[in-house]
Amino acid sequence: MVNSYFVQGVRMGSRVFIRPQAVATMIVSAVLVTACATTPNKAGDSAKAVQLALPSASTARSSEFYPSTYHVPSGPPTLIRHATVLTGTGTRLDDADVLIVNGKIQSVGSNLQAPPQSRIVEGNGRWVTPGLIDVHSHLGVYPSPAVEANSDGNEATSPTTPNVWAEHSVWPQDPGFRTALAGGITSLQILPGSANLIGGRSVILKNVPSVTYQGMKFPGAPQGLKMACGENPKRVYGERNIFPSTRMGNMAGYRAQWVEAQEYVRDQQEYARKHAAGDKDAKPPKRDVKLDTLAAVLKGEIIVHMHCYRADEMATILDMSREFGYHVAAFHHAVEAYKIADLLAENGVCGAMWADWWGFKMESYDGIPENIAFVDAAPNGCAIVHSDSEEGIQRLNQEAAKAIAYGRRAGLEIPPERAIKWLTANPAKSIGVLDRTGTLEPGKMGDVVVWNGDPFSVYALAEFVLIDGALRYDRSNPALTPQSDFTLGQPAAAGVYP
Amino acid sequence: MKAWAFLAAIGLSLSALLPLAAAVAAPDAVLIRNATVHTVSAAGVLEHTDLLIFDGKVADIGHDLKAPAGAEVIEANGKPVTPGLFGGLSHLGIEEIGLEASQDDYSLKLGSMRPEFDVSLAFNPESVILGVARLGGITFAMVSPSAEAGGKGAPGGTLIAGQGAVAQLDGAIDPGTHALFVDFGGDASALSGGSRAAQFMLFEQAIGEVRSPKALLPNDQRLLTPAGRQTLLGYLNGTGPVVFDVDRAADIRQVIALAGREKLRAVIKGGQEAWRVAPELAAAHIPVVLNPLDDLPTSFDVIGATLENAARLNRAGVKIAFSLDDSQAHNIRKVRQTAGVAVVHGLPPEAGLAAMTSNPAEIFGVANRNGSIARGRPADLVLWSGDPLEVTTLAERVFIAGQSQPMQSRQTLLRDRYLEKLRAHAAR
Repeated sequence: MVNSYFVQGVRMGSRVFIRPQAVATMIVSAVLVTACATTPNKAGDSAKAVQLALPSASTARSSEFYPSTYHVPSGPPTLIRHATVLTGTGTRLDDADVLIVNGKIQSVGSNLQAPPQSRIVEGNGRWVTPGLIDVHSHLGVYPSPAVEANSDGNEATSPTTPNVWAEHSVWPQDPGFRTALAGGITSLQILPGSANLIGGRSVILKNVPSVTYQGMKFPGAPQGLKMACGENPKRVYGERNIFPSTRMGNMAGYRAQWVEAQEYVRDQQEYARKHAAGDKDAKPPKRDVKLDTLAAVLKGEIIVHMHCYRADEMATILDMSREFGYHVAAFHHAVEAYKIADLLAENGVCGAMWADWWGFKMESYDGIPENIAFVDAAPNGCAIVHSDSEEGIQRLNQEAAKAIAYGRRAGLEIPPERAIKWLTANPAKSIGVLDRTGTLEPGKMGDVVVWNGDPFSVYALAEFVLIDGALRYDRSNPALTPQSDFTLGQPAAAGVYP
Repeated sequence: MKAWAFLAAIGLSLSALLPLAAAVAAPDAVLIRNATVHTVSAAGVLEHTDLLIFDGKVADIGHDLKAPAGAEVIEANGKPVTPGLFGGLSHLGIEEIGLEASQDDYSLKLGSMRPEFDVSLAFNPESVILGVARLGGITFAMVSPSAEAGGKGAPGGTLIAGQGAVAQLDGAIDPGTHALFVDFGGDASALSGGSRAAQFMLFEQAIGEVRSPKALLPNDQRLLTPAGRQTLLGYLNGTGPVVFDVDRAADIRQVIALAGREKLRAVIKGGQEAWRVAPELAAAHIPVVLNPLDDLPTSFDVIGATLENAARLNRAGVKIAFSLDDSQAHNIRKVRQTAGVAVVHGLPPEAGLAAMTSNPAEIFGVANRNGSIARGRPADLVLWSGDPLEVTTLAERVFIAGQSQPMQSRQTLLRDRYLEKLRAHAAR
């Protein structure tokens, strides 16, 4: 293999990307945001005002199309007994039970009674957590095998492509979904790559086997918008001698788009006003698929996730978000988040980070393995462990474990019940689904992982993974989880010796 | 917030760590008391054992050892001591910034086959990456070149990437540890005219030029320069290993045949489908350097990728060593996590440790100074906070050639600078 970043650059989403000789080679990482979407702020307030002024009939709510066809399969209740339970709310319960009925968490406590026909899982040293959520994945859009024909994550033909939707690239047969499931991933955000300033819409998926992506689509989850700072956009286009080729060019590029989006919203409002006043000659503004997306951000309907490494750039982006009145939910990669942990926390912005990657490009040169622990330690800080990798997504728990260890050495003691939030509640908050999943609170989706022990260990394995209460993975019964169509009938994949 | 209070309460870390840095000016002698010593040799694991470092060597291993006057005494309290770890095949010291071509020296793109290209001449012992790796318990690594195709009419590399050599992480390349790197397989076909079949044709042609120089006429199209022929002759005479980067079972089988034909000391790098050829590899005594995390069919060369590759090869008697992808030099400390994952998927723990220590030391010719702990040998070892295969374990002390290494890197300096800021903010 040649240097994999170059040969396989296309699939390594974000870290680097690029294969010099190819066209759509940039990948890169994306940034995510979250949790902050629900935080009231100036941007949110103005967005709300805009929304109220718009009659729904005139808004181009294209997210209503391409609807989810995911259905929760009916199945027996599940009672997990005598386990160590990390609820995702910051609580640890020893020798506790978790009862899941009709796809939902029914209760967490002691001596719960199993309804008839329940599936019983005995604790025996096992640990139970909410299902893990990866806010930064390119599974399906940069799938395995990483052939040119399936390289669908970066529409690197223009620096601003808010009109593209990652879901329209997702190949549900990517074998990486299954290996991620074995690592306890129950929901994930699929993002476009980071070649572009504005890369396009993301999609939130449930990690269930399906022939169509609609069959995986998380019902009711808001879409995200992937944006990217720094080296990637300016490199991709600068190498072609087109705009942008500098960081100041990047900023000019975003701002021009937001100005257009504001005018688009204004035109829509103007039309709505005339229409409401009975003006029969009023003509609706011409629909623009790019501006639909950006307008939806300004209205607070789409959540901004921004790939950004350097502390100074993140601060600049926050200023821009104030200029145009929107909220950045999370900075993704955020390798220098530790330098501005206070600023991020004060602005209600999450950091979605790796445990220890650094140095693969200049803007990641200052990465330190205490990054996650520092972001977590700031008062009201929101730390997320993300993968941006088909390998990393298989063991987010180990990435968190490394962050715990480095944090401890720096004097930041992080107990498991706190660290689990980096993989569950915080990512759920950032993608706008915390009211439905991310913790083991009654009424939430039955997205649950049963581990063979403390999950923050290299020896930890997910034994059972439930999604909406349905058993989707059982380590002792691999046949329960279907293989991808792609690997079917391939002798090597079937474990056949030649 | 709890974490916070703790932090504030102990006022810590920065000051707690400084004494370690001070230990750099270590006394000549260091006595580590009551350690669990993983010798990674026939001596096995020695519990409640003392280890004396003196004059750069492991002077003694035993019980109730006496500390010489002035010696630093480290109470291990049963914690593990292992040989220093192998950082794999990587661009360590030759790639400061991955995506910055001006800072990278790992590939030669002259468009011609140059086995004499020795990438270790570019090794920068002051790269800050070395300090980060040392803190991860890495003490030696194979600094290796990569072949890259040209683009847009620019010349690229060829299937012979060039030579690398072992670096000790206290700074120097080890003389006499050169290896030749050859790139085969589907992702290298751009280096050989577009077909993997040509890789064998071209490699054999180069060997032919070496073996039968007199058969060459002045106007023949030659692949090699005189210096290149001289270099390749050395490898044909077995002076160093030839590392074949190859994954598909069928290609590995071709390499086994080639190595047998030409009497090469072959090593397989990558080897994602090596488990499917394990008996043949064992019979040919060809070791495999692999990344245990490779488990997805990321190309049609690796349809058989599996987390059980390491365990199956080991069971079949193939010597294995671990490495990340060579472009991941910045994070080679992660190799320890890959070993842990291999162990979870069936590899015996001591075999997992050997794949990061004694096995690579033997494969790359540095077993006299790296890879195992024995009386009289250079003291190349690490004291760990716990199980060396566990991701929550960190290196507490690192010794290379008997010298205590500073537990400080550019990363710890950045950490301490911003930890102060974080504490000041929290105190507000």
